[in-house]
Amino acid sequence: MTTDMTQFLQTFYEESFEGLEIMESGLLNLDVGAADSELVNDIFRAAHSIKGGSATFGLGEVAAFTHLMETLLDELRDGRRDVSQEIVELLLSAVDCLREMLTASRAEEPLEMERIDELKASLQRTLDAGAAPKSEATTGSSGGQSTSSGWRILFKPFPHLFKTGNDPVRIFRELGELGELTVEASTDGLPPFEQLDPEESYLAWTLTLRGSADRAAVEEVFAWVEDDCELEITPLEGEAVAGPQPIPAAESDSGISGELLLERRRSTDRRRGNDRRGTDRRGGADSGSIRVGIEKVDAVIDMVGELVITQSMLSTLGEDFEMEKLQKLRDGLAQLERNTRELQENVMRMRMLPISFVFSRFPRMVHDLSQQLGKEIELRMTGEGTELDKTVIEKITDPLVHLVRNSLDHGIEPTVEERVATGKPPVGVVRLNAYHKGGNIVIEVIDDGRGMDAERLFRKAVERGLVDAEAQLSPEQIFDLIFMPGFSTAEQVSDVSGRGVGMDVVRKNIQSLGGTVEIQSELGKGSTFSVRLPLTLAILDGQTVSVGDELYIVPLVSITESIQVKEGMINHVANKGQTFRWRGDYLPIIRLSQIFGAESKVASLTEGLIVVVEGDGRHVGLFVDDLLGQQQVVIKSMEANYRKIDGISGATILGDGSVALILDIPGLIRISNQQAELQPA
Amino acid sequence: MATILAVDDSASMRQMVSFTLKGAGFTVVEAGDGQQALDAAKRTKVDLVLTDVNMPVMDGITLIKELRALPTYKFTPMLMLTTESAAHKKAEGKAAGATGWIVKPFNPDQLVATIKKVLG
Repeated sequence: MTTDMTQFLQTFYEESFEGLEIMESGLLNLDVGAADSELVNDIFRAAHSIKGGSATFGLGEVAAFTHLMETLLDELRDGRRDVSQEIVELLLSAVDCLREMLTASRAEEPLEMERIDELKASLQRTLDAGAAPKSEATTGSSGGQSTSSGWRILFKPFPHLFKTGNDPVRIFRELGELGELTVEASTDGLPPFEQLDPEESYLAWTLTLRGSADRAAVEEVFAWVEDDCELEITPLEGEAVAGPQPIPAAESDSGISGELLLERRRSTDRRRGNDRRGTDRRGGADSGSIRVGIEKVDAVIDMVGELVITQSMLSTLGEDFEMEKLQKLRDGLAQLERNTRELQENVMRMRMLPISFVFSRFPRMVHDLSQQLGKEIELRMTGEGTELDKTVIEKITDPLVHLVRNSLDHGIEPTVEERVATGKPPVGVVRLNAYHKGGNIVIEVIDDGRGMDAERLFRKAVERGLVDAEAQLSPEQIFDLIFMPGFSTAEQVSDVSGRGVGMDVVRKNIQSLGGTVEIQSELGKGSTFSVRLPLTLAILDGQTVSVGDELYIVPLVSITESIQVKEGMINHVANKGQTFRWRGDYLPIIRLSQIFGAESKVASLTEGLIVVVEGDGRHVGLFVDDLLGQQQVVIKSMEANYRKIDGISGATILGDGSVALILDIPGLIRISNQQAELQPA
Repeated sequence: MATILAVDDSASMRQMVSFTLKGAGFTVVEAGDGQQALDAAKRTKVDLVLTDVNMPVMDGITLIKELRALPTYKFTPMLMLTTESAAHKKAEGKAAGATGWIVKPFNPDQLVATIKKVLG
């Protein structure tokens, strides 16, 4: 039977990448000089597993590389070597390299051998330099490779042999496979019957093995029991080998058993495996998978169980329904509703992952960046267990990385002196915080650095022509300016944050997830970036509004308030349509009936309602006929089912089976701007 | 056919061992660490234990020691999966009551052959 190892590779890669995370975060938490042995063991175990798996599954290069890491970690673990900053840095680079190797292997791309060899050499140099004397015995052991026409073996197990699960008969059977075997038992050790303990071994054997088997092969058979017996192996007729040679117990080592189960021929197997399974596997990697905790699956199974009960109850009720059973029917339907809602919640929860999937990369990033920037920065994280949808997790990573980079680069003061001068502790602190708040998740990036200078930002914005010099803006509005395209305040575009991707992209990405980002900042005290995201992209909290016979869903998150305007509040602006006064400001009014060509039942602004919504940092008023209920709606993609429509982000099916379109507020604002500009002067 | 308890914290190794042994006709009970294995062994009587050594929660050597102390598992064969470099672990395992060991990396055919030999 040959087993195709490639079928286990996917699991191996998944657990190896998890192992790398453990190694990385472990290394970052290691205290130089006084390492926590439990932590070192965790790191060691991760390396050990990757080595074992890669060797087993035919990734020879990975195994060889990890072996060096493991050896070094083993020395740290045993206290044979102290944890130094150099070693931590070296191991961190090795973790990176290993990650690249595994990524390349998975994608079946060639390995970058130059870098690998370089790191292997560094690891080897570190191992050689001041290395603890290798206690590992050389393999091959007792050196009796010679053969004779056979062997005489004296085998006297210690009484406890059976309690190791070993059975002399197995040994005899194995020896029998090596040649012609004669077994002679000695009962001399048997105690009187009344003292006999049936669980102990009392016999001794003289075995004569004729054949060409060499000593190593014979010793191999006894490898598992050599510490549990007296053993003498002597060549028959005394040929070729000098004298009797008992196996010294102290030298028992892997060499013998190492041959018991031979190493695979890694490289050839691997190539063969790749050729055969390559394409299938790549497909598998792209399809994406999630690990779901068993308790979540159990919860869903529970819910389904209840649903089945409710269904059978309702079906019994329906078989011969009479009006006096109406209350029962209502109860049943209420129960069905509850079951469905809970089932939906539980199924959604299966897609949820803790935000630690994103957060886990930051310790390393902060470590590397603070070194690069020459700043001392401590990262504190809270709420890592906060869960959100896998898709959101994947898409929020880049914006968060950018925000954290920004805090490190622009937030924290460039020098310790500057910090100390303002009475702050020398080490800068960047905090990442995640928590649930009203159906949303809030992720905060908080630094205790310089804070943002509203005046300076405003001047920059004016210089760049982004705002009018006369504009009266609140500090929050000024801070918001950094999200505008073409705004960069860093005097020099640094290696860290200035990579051509600006804060405008950050906000765009967050908005595309249905989220918002806000800034709070106090000059000299620090800044807080709050990212607010929906827990899932599949469900939306919406406000149903009506325009004529049509229903639309306005995402609740974008609604600021809904008001009935009075005549005096409305302003007619030439070329710009109508505006209305709201909190000391004039907001444009967007008539949904105009944009979507729906026939409104109310013509006058004072008869209908204005929903004040916010999108892209701007407020506008949506004119609708009426507000209906608020409800959670399941988002169906328009693009997948029809085509993209400006101003519409999707559709949903309402309880009565009718379809309602979900409004894309930023999109609507863009449309209304274009229409305003197109109007003749 | 015999029931084998396969213990490894690495899911891929566990899958591989389990797949191989099932292919050879054994019944396999899987566990992800020593504690899980101990619980499983108490629930289901197994005929052979195949355990990784370095695992979280409870390591393989402690598992063997705990199992050996149970009357049901006094004579049950227990094999450790070790690497060549961990020679001292073998001695430690033997002292805890291990029957023998299988050196990683191993090939599935040899794993089956070894287990068949042990089970007779």
